[in-house]
Amino acid sequence: MSRSTPASASVEVPVVQLESKANNRTFFNRIRRMPRAWVGLALVLLVLLSAILAPMLTQLDPLTQFRDGLSDVGTPLPPNAQYILGTDHLGRDLWTRLLYGGQVSLAISIIANVTAAILGTLIGLLAGYYSGIIDSLLMRFTEVLLAFPAILLALGLGSVLRPSIPVVILILAVITWPTLARVVRSQVLSVRERQFIESARCCGGGDWYIIFQHILPHTITVTVVWMTLSIASSVLIEASLSYLGVGVPPPTPSWGNMISDGQTRYRLAPWMILIPTLAILLTTLGFNLLGDAVRDALDPRTSHRS
Amino acid sequence: MFQYLIRRLIGAVGVIFGVATITFIMVFLMPGDAARMYAGPRAPEETVQRIRELWGLDQPLPVQYVRYLARAAQGDLGRSTRDNRPVLQAVFERLPATLQLAVAGLFVELAIGIPLGIVAALKRNSWIDNLATVFGLVGISIPPFALGLVALYVFGFLIPIFPLGGYGTPLHLVLPALILGFGGAAFYARVLRNNLLEVMGEDYIRTARAKGLAPSVVLRRHILRNALLPTVTLAGLDLALLLGGVVVIEAVFGWPGIGLQAFNAIRNQDTPIIMGTVLFASTAVVFINLAVDFLYVTLDPRVRVS
Repeated sequence: MSRSTPASASVEVPVVQLESKANNRTFFNRIRRMPRAWVGLALVLLVLLSAILAPMLTQLDPLTQFRDGLSDVGTPLPPNAQYILGTDHLGRDLWTRLLYGGQVSLAISIIANVTAAILGTLIGLLAGYYSGIIDSLLMRFTEVLLAFPAILLALGLGSVLRPSIPVVILILAVITWPTLARVVRSQVLSVRERQFIESARCCGGGDWYIIFQHILPHTITVTVVWMTLSIASSVLIEASLSYLGVGVPPPTPSWGNMISDGQTRYRLAPWMILIPTLAILLTTLGFNLLGDAVRDALDPRTSHRS
Repeated sequence: MFQYLIRRLIGAVGVIFGVATITFIMVFLMPGDAARMYAGPRAPEETVQRIRELWGLDQPLPVQYVRYLARAAQGDLGRSTRDNRPVLQAVFERLPATLQLAVAGLFVELAIGIPLGIVAALKRNSWIDNLATVFGLVGISIPPFALGLVALYVFGFLIPIFPLGGYGTPLHLVLPALILGFGGAAFYARVLRNNLLEVMGEDYIRTARAKGLAPSVVLRRHILRNALLPTVTLAGLDLALLLGGVVVIEAVFGWPGIGLQAFNAIRNQDTPIIMGTVLFASTAVVFINLAVDFLYVTLDPRVRVS
């Protein structure tokens, strides 16, 4: 976009300078006093741990269709002593599917965002460091990708590639890296002009050396904040894609296709929708709270505000 | 000023050209033979060959690319492989329903988001501010389609106030518009709150207060006028977001817009419809953003000067 869209500035990650130990200390002092940081961290840990420890938290298999998992008339069972969160339309245990689906949904989002972080950082670094033609080309390209409404671009990609987990990761990475590239670029633009870059160059440092040794460290914090928030939105998009049928293909559980399974049965078995929705909500809420707190703790402008 | 308009217009055309190129690439990523798919598995080879010639699929890729761009520039986005209708016609038929929903969603956003943002900023750190923050976080953390399904269950089934999806009466519009606007409203309130707080810290606000203006006058003339400006841009960006979000909401509520059409096209493997919708929506987004930029320049004299 252009300089005349100041609104976007208020939603993006601030340009931060976090280098000295003193600044580090202020950061930890500030974030320690933010309740939402703790709530966010707790939720994130809860979700991550329950996904990692899935085999210990359930003895059942997520794909097994239990004979006693359906009622006499073949409807899903509500939460009960045997199946604590109930069963789905095929008589599979929802608690088990929730845990393993969490593994799938989280792994997809995290891998996609790590990929996007690497790609976005690299492109942001190159565009910001070498202004001119390289910058214009790279930024035009990100602008084009940002012009697509994310879900529609994902839908388009999902429709031409056979749905599979790697494809979902690819789609998420493709639609998320451009925003990071822009954030990193603006960070590089401000770091590039500082004196230590000049002195590094005077000492004979080459471009690559300066980029990776002196500029890259200054982009790490914005990338971390961006990733925390972006994982949250990726979980949502993954769910939307699976719901629309271009995400994780069944029978592999993911929170999105679990909701999709429940869609036509919400009158009979509302828990099939409510339970995975709650899981998504807790996950994204956790990442959003945490990312939000980290961003505010890093932003010098908020110090006198809250 | 005029030069700026021209430059932005050229930029927008460039972005659309890029969008078209990416859609073209996506179509050619598609596995399988489009002509064979259209003709059916039992059609004789000659028929398939005829279709290939008819569609120009036998030409070298660069030729196909140029033809694709030339046709797209004239509004020819190909034909549906399912019922052979021109894609643009199919999109335009469904467009009124989508616009209706998107505008209603935007209205919900503004009607909830603006007052909530103002109250949250004025009564900072009060219970209503905290409520707005929580609402904001939940709003961006819950997948809209899941919220839609839950809303359908509660307000369509348990307490049957609204119809269970579909299109026609104003009652049909209420739930989808509310769900579509919900996430945006939360986001709006947050951004507006931060804008307001920023403006309230400016020197000219202190001056206005110091010279004895009534608080309501300061609020209306000095604070709101400045803080609401960026939300104009935001509304434009949001309309773009809404166009993407509409796909999922339309699928949930069976709302017969371009999103539902694209969703059904995935099941029918009707690539021209999907890609046509993607290209159309992205083009619309680019032009909406352009219009918003121009509007912003006319509204804010400070941007004009710089």
